[in-house]
Amino acid sequence: MSTERKIRVLIAKPGLDSHDRGAKIVARALRDAGMEIIYTGLRQTPEQIVETALQEDVDVIGLSILSGAHKVLFPKIMGLIKEKGIDDMLVFAGGIIPHEDIHDLKKIGIKEVFGPGTPTGVLVKFVQENTRK
Amino acid sequence: MYTPEDIRHFDYVKDLGFPGEYPFTRGLHATMYRGRLWTMRQFSGFGTAEQTNKRFKYLLSEGETGLSIAFDYPTIMGYDSDHPMATGEVGQCGVAVSSLKDMEILFDGIPLDKVSTSMTINGPAAMLLAMYVAIGDKQGVPREKLDGTTQNDNLKEFFAQKLCIFPPKPSLKLSTDIIEYCARHLPNWNPISISGYHIREAGSTAVQELAFTLADGIAYVESALERGLKVDEFAPRLSFFFASHNDFFEEIAKFRAARRLWAKIMKERFNTQDPRSLWMRMHVQTSGCTFTAQQPVNNVIRVAFQSLAAVLGGTQSLHTNSFDEALALPCEDAVRVALRTQQIIAYESGVTDTIDPLGGSYYVEYLTNKMEERATEYIDRIDAMGGVASAIERGFFQKEIADSAYKYQKEIESKQRTLVGVNDYTVEKDWVPMELLRVHPKVEEEQVARFQKMKKERDNRKVKEVLDKLHDETDKDRNLMPTIIKALKAYATLGEITEVLRTVFGEYRELIVV
Repeated sequence: MSTERKIRVLIAKPGLDSHDRGAKIVARALRDAGMEIIYTGLRQTPEQIVETALQEDVDVIGLSILSGAHKVLFPKIMGLIKEKGIDDMLVFAGGIIPHEDIHDLKKIGIKEVFGPGTPTGVLVKFVQENTRK
Repeated sequence: MYTPEDIRHFDYVKDLGFPGEYPFTRGLHATMYRGRLWTMRQFSGFGTAEQTNKRFKYLLSEGETGLSIAFDYPTIMGYDSDHPMATGEVGQCGVAVSSLKDMEILFDGIPLDKVSTSMTINGPAAMLLAMYVAIGDKQGVPREKLDGTTQNDNLKEFFAQKLCIFPPKPSLKLSTDIIEYCARHLPNWNPISISGYHIREAGSTAVQELAFTLADGIAYVESALERGLKVDEFAPRLSFFFASHNDFFEEIAKFRAARRLWAKIMKERFNTQDPRSLWMRMHVQTSGCTFTAQQPVNNVIRVAFQSLAAVLGGTQSLHTNSFDEALALPCEDAVRVALRTQQIIAYESGVTDTIDPLGGSYYVEYLTNKMEERATEYIDRIDAMGGVASAIERGFFQKEIADSAYKYQKEIESKQRTLVGVNDYTVEKDWVPMELLRVHPKVEEEQVARFQKMKKERDNRKVKEVLDKLHDETDKDRNLMPTIIKALKAYATLGEITEVLRTVFGEYRELIVV
């Protein structure tokens, strides 16, 4: 039996929208790939998300949002991550996020933004390759 | 291939009947679209009330025949635009409506006796309906002339759309308040739109959508009966809402089976006497979750097929999605194409010349039977669990839907299911023929400023009085509609009213089922 620590991933839903189909599919796919998944449930504030990430000692945060509020909420989350000194954490995002916003989101430390139609295999590989060892 | 063998026990009069006759498989009305076309009703809303008012007028001038309001998330969750939870969300996914003031602007120059209006609102449905009533009163439109629909389907929120404010019991109470109030005072209003759409969008199959929606319908009928209403007092105004997905014939069969099964349930389970109590009047929307962000113009074609299925299935009302919706809220040009799609089906395709043209097709009748059978099996299982409320508590629907969604995704990834432009026939660079709609961040500032100004100018003593009264009535478990109307007329805000209800009812905590 391997004693290697499994990658721990927090799948988080900031914002008020309730579209959790994608978040849940990503959660299942990463779990099926052998990772440990914590799913926050809907409508989490930036503070709640970062607090959960700390408490659960995760390596990765996946943010899912389809409400259009990413431009306000993602910078808040990234600011808190920095403040708490966990900015070596891998953060990725998905949902309905216009192409022209992606550049700005990457600048604040979000490693990648995945749009609709992304195969779950791509996500699994991305998380495996980019998680701090 | 299908032959008479597949519908061997088929009895024309019993299983199909003529259009307008029990069990309504062939349609609710004898003349169907020859007599009257479906209502072309485009769901829309973004930014401020002014912006959406302009979009409404644009759509009406382009031939839309009914309005349908999309509210922003703060409104849907019962938060005013200046609430901390509303930050970044105001006007983003719908129009911001925090008080009667916003609603007045939204309907400026739109006479309520000339339009019908559908409102996609659930937790705060009573408040938005109350605002509509208040606008009607101001315009001098008699209440019995108000024509429209509140979605008000709070049960499906717990497992499909998941925009819940209150726990299940008070949520059902609020839904029932509206059903009761409309039965007594708004005879032309559809108090509820029992919705499969969100169940399907969350990932269910067609059969699950059909079964879970009808199970919800049964729960609402039971709740209204418990309230002391007679079934024929409210059943004729119950309305339904389904998705039209990609599988063309399966969808047509679903709509036909839905009508037949509901008529049977109303007749056999609830012993209705008014023939209109047997009617399942439905609104259909093309399926947003079938849309691809890749090669988005292809979505035009998906919408065309899905709309055609809805029409061949006999819908009363239709929303066609705009092809840019996997990327953003629709821009004006894309909305026009969506509306034109309906108009082309209505006026060019010839499918409206006859009634239920697929009636008698071996395959369609076989599928309709199968749909009904399999949905009935589900409904029996839900009954055995003690009904919808206990099934929700057990996470039954949530698990069923999540499993179907995951299976669907796996089928796409293994290419068992082809998704054109996504897992096959891909291109390097997508063609998007127009600029996407962006809601400017200034919208939030403007909306918050107007909202706070309104709060300063209103009679705050009067607001407090009516909110105290509402608190009292909520405690005493009275029908809250009359007092909510009074509160809104005094310019109490959506958030203030919701807060009163929250203190009495408590807040829903999500049951997480992954």
